[in-house]
Amino acid sequence: MKESTVPAKREQQVPDTREQTRSLVPPVDIFESKEGLVVVADLPGADKSDVDVRVENDTLTLQATAKSGLPIDPLLREYELHNYHRQFQLGETVDQEKIKAEMKHGVLVINLPKKEAAKPRKITVKTE
Amino acid sequence: MAIWSWDPLDEVEALRRQVERAFEGFGRWDRPYTRFAFLPGASARTYPLLNIGEDHDNIYVEALAPGLNPDTLEISVLDNTLRIAGEKPPISEDIRPEAFHRNERSAGKFVRTTALPVAVDSAKVAAEYKSGLLRLTLPKAEEAKPKQIEVKVG
Repeated sequence: MKESTVPAKREQQVPDTREQTRSLVPPVDIFESKEGLVVVADLPGADKSDVDVRVENDTLTLQATAKSGLPIDPLLREYELHNYHRQFQLGETVDQEKIKAEMKHGVLVINLPKKEAAKPRKITVKTE
Repeated sequence: MAIWSWDPLDEVEALRRQVERAFEGFGRWDRPYTRFAFLPGASARTYPLLNIGEDHDNIYVEALAPGLNPDTLEISVLDNTLRIAGEKPPISEDIRPEAFHRNERSAGKFVRTTALPVAVDSAKVAAEYKSGLLRLTLPKAEEAKPKQIEVKVG
């Protein structure tokens, strides 16, 4: 799966507004499973409701906002929570209707099943 | 005034942090440490990263640690030293290494100790793990709380 470094073009529905441009690229794992591909992303500070996963024009977009739980401004700051943003291009083999995502402890797991036709088929060899 | 135990490596660490801050936001965004600064592998000696704040009664510590197994978390406070230990389990044990297209998240055990600015009441420490952030509330010890001094006007 290819990562898109240039944001995919989207049709403008609203006039351009100022957006928070500074965003973090969350680390991800992508691996093959029996059903297809699995994308795992670390999004600390983001709740289930803060996460936006969408597929448009064969592009998978992860977006999330992170909130700190501290009641006051920290004196010692080793990290800052920003918005997360990352995009990947999906291959033709992914069945986009069946994509599922779940979130637990700040880790987002997206299951991208492959289309039936793209799954490997075992062919038994007969001997006479 | 807080008394910290002096460690020469802390000084080096502070210098490194200052230099890093000076270069923050400089250069390309896809530099490894700007992108994945909160990973165990990328910053092995300081994981998890902490934000520490305080008010009159409490010290608040927040640790950036997504995907931990909450049962493995061990948090202890001795005098003014906080110790956080735990384990971030791999997403699944039975994935063959060749099945990975990308492997940027790390997994493993970690321990971090840090000095707190004042003594805390270790019996009343509260910890909460929510959406990948570990948040600790450490009530200050009674003798460590700041005392209001009244100013008499003569």
